[in-house]
Amino acid sequence: MTDTSQKARAPLREAPKSPHLQVWRWHITMWTSILHRATGVALYGGALIIAGWALALAFGPDAYALYKGLLGSLLGKVVMFGLTISAFYHLANGVRHLVWDSGHALDIKSANASAIVVFAFAVAATVSVWGIAAMTGAI
Amino acid sequence: MDNYRTPLSRARGLGSAKHGASHWISERVTAISLVPLTLWAIYGVLRIAANDYGFAVHWVSNPINATLTVLTIAIGFWHMHAGLRVVVEDYIHKALTKSVLLLLNLFVCGLAGALAVFSILKVALSGGAI
Repeated sequence: MTDTSQKARAPLREAPKSPHLQVWRWHITMWTSILHRATGVALYGGALIIAGWALALAFGPDAYALYKGLLGSLLGKVVMFGLTISAFYHLANGVRHLVWDSGHALDIKSANASAIVVFAFAVAATVSVWGIAAMTGAI
Repeated sequence: MDNYRTPLSRARGLGSAKHGASHWISERVTAISLVPLTLWAIYGVLRIAANDYGFAVHWVSNPINATLTVLTIAIGFWHMHAGLRVVVEDYIHKALTKSVLLLLNLFVCGLAGALAVFSILKVALSGGAI
C-alpha cells in the first residue's frame, strides 16, 4: 500500500514530444532536412569568410596575401572543401524545396528519390570543382 | 514582397498581422535568385583562387563582375538573415536570449554585408589603389 501511495505522489513522467528522435526511425528525408539547416548555418560562416576576403582585397596587397595564405593553409583548405559541399548541397536541396513549394513531387517515393539525387549532385559537383581547382592551380 | 501574395490570401485576410507570408516569400525569392548567382560565384572563386592580387583587382574592376558580386553578397546576406532567424525562433524560447540573438543576427548580417559591398565598390572604382 505504501508503495502505491508513493507512486501516486511521484511526479508524472513528461509526455514525449513529437517529432522525437527516440520514436522516429532514421530516414533519408530526415537527413536531408537536418543537413539543409546545418549546411545553411555553415554557409553563414562561409559568407563571413567571403566578406573578410572582400575587406582584405580593399586593404591592399599585403592584407590580401595574408588572407589568401590563411585560406590556402591545410585548415583553410579543409574549411573551403566543407563550404563547397555545403554550398552544392544547400543549392540542390533548396531547388528541391522550391519544387515542393510549387506543389510537385511531394509523395514519399519522389521525396526519397530526390534526396538521393541531391546527395549525388552535391558529391559530384564538389569533386568536379576541386578537380578543376587542382588542374587550374587554384589549390 | 506583398505583391507576390495571391488575391485569395488577401481576400481571406487571415494571418496574425496580415503579413505573415512576406517572410516566407522573401526567403523563396532570394533563394531563386541565389541559384544562378551562387553558381557564377563558385566559378569566380575558382578563377580568383588560381591567380594573384592583381588579377583579383582586375576581375572585381569589371563592371559585370562588380555588379554580380555586390548582388550575390547583398542577396546572400539577406537570405542568411532570414534563414538563421527561423533557426533562432525554432530553438530559442527564452524571450531575452531570443531577442539578443535575433538582433545579433541582424547586426552581423548588416555590418558584414555593408563592409563587403563597400570593399568591392572601393576596389572596383579605384582599381585597388590605397
